[in-house]
Amino acid sequence: MTLNQQRKLKTILTGLFAWSVALVLFFPIFWMFITSFKTELQAISVPPSLFFEPTLDNFRIVQERSDYIHHAWNSVVTSFGSTIIALIIAIPAAYSMAFFPGKRTKDILLWMLSTKMLPAVGVLVPIYILCRNYGLLDSKTALVIIFTLMNLPIIVWMLFSYFKDLPKEILEAARMDGATPWDEVVKVVLPLSVGAISSTALLSIVLCWNEAFWSLNLTASDAAPLTAMIASYSSPEGLFWAKLSAASTLACAPIVIFGWFCQKQLVQGLTFGAVK
Amino acid sequence: MSYLTITDLQKHYENYHALRGINLSISEGEFVVFVGPSGCGKSTLLRTIAGLESSTGGSIELDGRDITEVASSKRDLAMVFQSYALYPHMTVADNLSFALRLAKVSDAEIKEKVRSVSASLQLDALLERKPKELSGGQRQRVAIGRAIVRQPKVFLFDEPLSNLDAALRVQMRLELARLHKKLGTTMIYVTHDQVEAMTLADRVVILNAGQIEQVGTPLELYRQPNSRFVAEFIGTPKMNLIPANRILRNEDTLSIDIFGQQISFPANRLKGPLPDSVVIGIRPEHMSLVETDGDLTGRIELVEHLGSEAYAHLQLSSDQTIIIKAPARTELKDGQEVCIKIDTSELILFNENDRVISVIPEEA
Amino acid sequence: MKRSITRLLMAPSVIMLLVWMIIPLSMTIYFSTIRYNLLYPGQNNFVGLMNFEFFITDPGFVPAVSNTLILLLSVLIITVVLGVMLSALIDKPFFGQGIVRVLLISPFFIMPTVNALIWKNMMMNPVYGIFAWISESLGFEPIDWLSSYPLVSVIIMVSWQWLPFAILVFVTALQSQDTEQKEAAQMDGATGWHIFRYLTIPHLARPIAVVVMIETIFLLAVFAEIFVSTGGGPGYDSTNLAYLIYNQALLQYDVGVASAGGLFAVLLANIVAIFLIRAVGKNLTV
Repeated sequence: MTLNQQRKLKTILTGLFAWSVALVLFFPIFWMFITSFKTELQAISVPPSLFFEPTLDNFRIVQERSDYIHHAWNSVVTSFGSTIIALIIAIPAAYSMAFFPGKRTKDILLWMLSTKMLPAVGVLVPIYILCRNYGLLDSKTALVIIFTLMNLPIIVWMLFSYFKDLPKEILEAARMDGATPWDEVVKVVLPLSVGAISSTALLSIVLCWNEAFWSLNLTASDAAPLTAMIASYSSPEGLFWAKLSAASTLACAPIVIFGWFCQKQLVQGLTFGAVK
Repeated sequence: MSYLTITDLQKHYENYHALRGINLSISEGEFVVFVGPSGCGKSTLLRTIAGLESSTGGSIELDGRDITEVASSKRDLAMVFQSYALYPHMTVADNLSFALRLAKVSDAEIKEKVRSVSASLQLDALLERKPKELSGGQRQRVAIGRAIVRQPKVFLFDEPLSNLDAALRVQMRLELARLHKKLGTTMIYVTHDQVEAMTLADRVVILNAGQIEQVGTPLELYRQPNSRFVAEFIGTPKMNLIPANRILRNEDTLSIDIFGQQISFPANRLKGPLPDSVVIGIRPEHMSLVETDGDLTGRIELVEHLGSEAYAHLQLSSDQTIIIKAPARTELKDGQEVCIKIDTSELILFNENDRVISVIPEEA
Repeated sequence: MKRSITRLLMAPSVIMLLVWMIIPLSMTIYFSTIRYNLLYPGQNNFVGLMNFEFFITDPGFVPAVSNTLILLLSVLIITVVLGVMLSALIDKPFFGQGIVRVLLISPFFIMPTVNALIWKNMMMNPVYGIFAWISESLGFEPIDWLSSYPLVSVIIMVSWQWLPFAILVFVTALQSQDTEQKEAAQMDGATGWHIFRYLTIPHLARPIAVVVMIETIFLLAVFAEIFVSTGGGPGYDSTNLAYLIYNQALLQYDVGVASAGGLFAVLLANIVAIFLIRAVGKNLTV
């Protein structure tokens, strides 16, 4: 075999391997998707059926039984709402820490991150009781507040690590050009950071969308987002796999498709710029 | 009259004293170059003038106004950065007009200024492009254009050519010189490249360890360095420095002993008292190779042919190496023993503190 | 810019996080020292450390702590080791790289509740699940994963969710590896294994630190997967601290004991965090 043939073979083997890993990892999602178009009987057939006449009944039933639209709307409101609020709070903080660092900046950042290490269960009881006392149980307001605080440290970190990598000379050039601090932020920093801010926002939306602990514990029906709706399908009332799959597909599809489009930025963002 | 006056300027970092009392006055229209080895404080000095670093002592006065505490945006200075620092999200036209738009200049005026600047820098065809679509030289031109368009009181350049390749650097150097002639605006230019300093400057400021070592025209620095540091820093190849042990004074000449060989030197050129030992400095072009009757003898180690000239590296009897400029078509062979004739009128003496103790006679 | 303005810009974030940390935490501390059961209101007298005693002597306590740590460590090891190996293997150009990337990352976007439901029903069901079908086709007895190996099942689900993240981080990091360095090593006679061991692994030190830190934050708090799939059972076999406390608070209505448990979880997280931030903190540029 020549060196060239060896290289070709290597590429083919790498490809085959990569594809098999990807397909194995993707299989459960694929299967969920397929099952959602089956009848309940086909869904539990052994051996599993791959060829069948697809039906949309399950989706209709899910909408009727659990009001998918209602829960999806809750998910959208809580994810987007808390993300926007968190960004508004985080951008000034990240900006001032990145461009005007003091002696304590590093400590403050690590402290912020350490609040993420604080397990939610540690404060579940007081939060539950506070929500109950203020009539916020099963309300979107409570979820928005909690999601905002939950993601704030990560958002500050991501923006900070991005701002920090902005070439300082560009800001100095703006200053020499007569820009006030406000001009600097609005006309230089923000336009340069559109990508970073949107990938931070995307990550925050994904984390909120999939958040389960607080959604399960603080909501019942009115404010329940999709994670909580899906959990209601876990009760063993018989084998409703097709409907379960349809509900799951509906719950995940928006965020998975969303994630596909921005997976690259998401990974970079989530590693705080440590991996380029 | 002094246009930009710097008085006892200090800059302390947490545990580092970057500027140790800088005093300098620059006249209007002058092209001043700050040069020195890395870490000497030249960039810090420029950035302190720009207001990008705050000083910790002293004052800066520009055109009769104390600007020590004024924000950089209000100093009326323009700066060209080493990395160009173009705004990547703006087109060339927007980059050029950013400062004018901030200053709320009328649209018509902005248009006119951008047009004339881009014409003079050959940027007309690129106005709608983004910086990432430009070559290094074009980016450099935009950075310069962005500074010119504002008509500032002083231009500051922070190693602007160091990111360009060699050929382009020579070309941009010429363009900068022409630009200065045309605009007549005061320019301050930082570089570590002494060729840039020599070719561009009206006056060169040599910095070393946060202090000004010497200020002067390029030729002054070349011919009359104050110290061994300046002598070594200016000139390629470097000035030869040869330690000498004994100096004898007889009547109006000094006789300097270099490893048993004597060089004589007019005593009236000595300033100050006679030290015990000196280092003599002599530039490669002030020595020549002769058949007989030389001041020193040496053995050729290596000859570098540059085409228009050649440099011979010689080993003296003491193992010291010196460089001598030789004619282009020299027939010198490695290992050959040669005699060296020194032009003693160009000889410079340094004392043990590396300060100059001799005067070079004015040219007739 | 003035110091005071910088402080002002940071204030909202800092104050909100401080409030978010201090108020609930001090309430938890207070609740943990009183008798507080929602079923018996009005009997909130001070009981000292009794709640802690109850929580620590609870039959679920020891399994919950060990399950929490086992879950954390197993998932970390599985995702980091497999992630490094798989990413090193696929870090070369091949056909359809973009699609593979998209397929690979997908599990990361699946919500934990759906994750648990898919695995519990369609994969691990002893009668109709894919795993059962595979073992039967191969002539083995199908395994009832959730009741026979509940913790392993949870580990599989959580690893499935986080392995893609690890792979993607490592692949991204490997793309920045210096190819000239690898070529120099090849010229020096290094084999593929040598390059992996002496160049790739050191290059990945920082990304590994990042992955470990982010995963730890989320893994200490695994809840929905257990809630939906095993319900912590059978017995306490798949109960972790989060689930045990949830059980105390919202199923047995014993706020006092749950608060004591919450404090214990905070303590555990802090111990892990101290180690982690010390190890990883210097790897994150500030």
